[in-house]
Amino acid sequence: MVGQQATGVQDISETPWLDKDADSLVRIKGITKKFGEFTAVNNVDLDIYQGELFCLLGGSGCGKTTLLRMLAGFETPTSGSILIDGIDMSEVPPYERPTNMMFQSYALFPHMTVEKNIAFGLKQDKLPNSEIDDRIDGILKLVELQDYKKRRPQQLSGGQRQRVALARALVKEPKLLLLDEPLAALDKKLRKQTQFELANIQEQVGITFVVVTHDQEEAMTLSSRIAVMDKGEFVQTGTPTEIYEFPDSRFIADFIGSANILDGQIVKDGTDHVRVSTELGEIYIDHGQSIKEGSPVWVAIRPEKIHLSKNAPKKSGPNQAVGMVDDIGYLGNTSIYKIRLADDRIIDVTAPNQIRPKNRTHLITWEDKIYLHWDASSAMLLNK
Amino acid sequence: MNRNRSRFLSIMLTVGLIFLYVPMILLVIYSFNFSKLVPVWGGWSTRWYSVLFQSEDVWSAVLLSLKIAVINATFATLLGTLAGLAMVRFGRFRLRTLFGSMLVAPLVMPEIITGLSLLVFFISLKQLIGWPTERGFTTITIAHITFSLAYVAVIIQARLTGMDQNLEEAALDLGAKPFKVLTAITLPRLAPGMVAGWLLAFTLSLDDLVIASFVTGPGANTLPILIFSRIRLGLRPDINALATIIILFVAICVAIAALIMFRQQRRQELDEAIAAREMS
Ligand SMILES: Nc1ncnc2c1ncn2[C@@H]1O[C@H](COP(=O)(O)OP(=O)(O)O)[C@@H](O)[C@H]1O
Ligand SMILES: [Mg+2]
Repeated sequence: MVGQQATGVQDISETPWLDKDADSLVRIKGITKKFGEFTAVNNVDLDIYQGELFCLLGGSGCGKTTLLRMLAGFETPTSGSILIDGIDMSEVPPYERPTNMMFQSYALFPHMTVEKNIAFGLKQDKLPNSEIDDRIDGILKLVELQDYKKRRPQQLSGGQRQRVALARALVKEPKLLLLDEPLAALDKKLRKQTQFELANIQEQVGITFVVVTHDQEEAMTLSSRIAVMDKGEFVQTGTPTEIYEFPDSRFIADFIGSANILDGQIVKDGTDHVRVSTELGEIYIDHGQSIKEGSPVWVAIRPEKIHLSKNAPKKSGPNQAVGMVDDIGYLGNTSIYKIRLADDRIIDVTAPNQIRPKNRTHLITWEDKIYLHWDASSAMLLNK
Repeated sequence: MNRNRSRFLSIMLTVGLIFLYVPMILLVIYSFNFSKLVPVWGGWSTRWYSVLFQSEDVWSAVLLSLKIAVINATFATLLGTLAGLAMVRFGRFRLRTLFGSMLVAPLVMPEIITGLSLLVFFISLKQLIGWPTERGFTTITIAHITFSLAYVAVIIQARLTGMDQNLEEAALDLGAKPFKVLTAITLPRLAPGMVAGWLLAFTLSLDDLVIASFVTGPGANTLPILIFSRIRLGLRPDINALATIIILFVAICVAIAALIMFRQQRRQELDEAIAAREMS
């Protein structure tokens, strides 16, 4: 039942958001939501395409749930409009929208069994009983809960409740599935495992998902695209790679992953590169927007993109620095090195674990003098 | 020291229980007294029970009280549930705070005042529209509904506030229209609160003497009114018998309620045990 739709989406390009002619499934135009004087969502524009797994990522209270609830029809936008499949949703009540929602609290009906919970939505559509039964069997198989039909929600573990909630929302095969922090209530190990399951299920059913999360790792693993929200606004929208590798603001560089952020000034803005003078010496970046020479900017470098060496470089040049190992954090698979520069500035560097019992001599250790260098493509230029 | 403390506590508990129950036990014993004079023991007998069962005005008072209590409980539950729903679910409508405090005012209003004001109300109503023509069953029932619905509304409000509001939204989201959400989700979730409210309204009505005395008319005696008017002429053994029957009735109700609560708790514990097994 549910799997059939998957075939329909294969001919759609992998990156419909780059295609100017592609029709979006959801079009959000200038949407704003105020609660009294407080603006929870501020003038947001967004297109979401069929088959996407779109993440809304942001800290607590930044308006993610409010945006999702406007899509579901539980909150009325103060201004702006939402179109789903080209139809304006402003006059459409929640029970007539082609969307289903999985609530953060799961909101399973406590006085109904798993089976009745899932059947509830299908019964509202007046489907014949035989079809309802088939669909329930299909969806329970998908979430691997075939043997739990007769249980009540109170008799299930957290992970099982989560899957019932997912099944109940999926079984109506909505055009758009809205998930509010679907994994937040699970413990860490289960959450990791369920992330992949969720992505797999989405791929199998081919339904467009909008997932709200405050966990950036979750957003990175799951999504086709991410919109990072802050104080009710979209800060940046893009694929996980775009957002990680090409953050367009200081906020994003800092919020997603970790980064060493340096103040700098444009020295030269060439056609295929820029040169920036910073506390770390001159930095040469072989990509970047065109920025007026002399204007103040920031340069961000991810800790894993900096290479450490105990030997001095053969020739001096840009993208190099020297410091002393101030501290080492051992994380098992990787280690974090805190490198203290001459001006007492600390630069974070991560490197894969290199401890090998046989050649300890190569180990970088406390108080070592150490040389840093990075590729011309590794530094990120930020001007806001 | 600890032992002293626990001894002190158990003594206090015993004293408290004695204060509570000795009067009732005495009442039950004296209801089986043969003697016509209550304080004089004349040997065991059930003669006052037969006197009671033959007394027609006692029967009619019992019937009147039960009739009023059932009608009151039913209407108070309906109206109180609606009021509770309005308070919790319909968001911030105009005058909501005023409505909310007016709704609970009867809980703290002295009964004398409630009774008096209702009497004034019925009398002026009669002058205005000629109804109610005579005071009695109708006026007592209306009076009881007005104050019991406040209690029901409070119970329902508490239950609604404790209920996950997302349940109703989830039902809407799954395609149920608002009325369907009310009948399929909200009301089933409220059912225990409504049962509790019904029972409370029923008891409040059965128990009420003050308000009923104000708004009753000639010939309409509820059970409390009957008992009180008879006792005023001196203690009577047949009233002791009546009181004993009421105690028995209440005891049975309490036992049933305790059993239901016990079974609910058992079920919850079982559910938790099953869920815990699923975790591992
Ligand atoms: N019904 C409401 N009334 C008033 N304020 C609200 C309401 N719903 C949400 N808010 C406020 O809007 C902000 C955003 O809330 P929400 O969308 O739930 O954030 P998030 O899901 O990103 O944590 C919060 O500051 C919250 O207090
Ligand atoms: Mg939220």
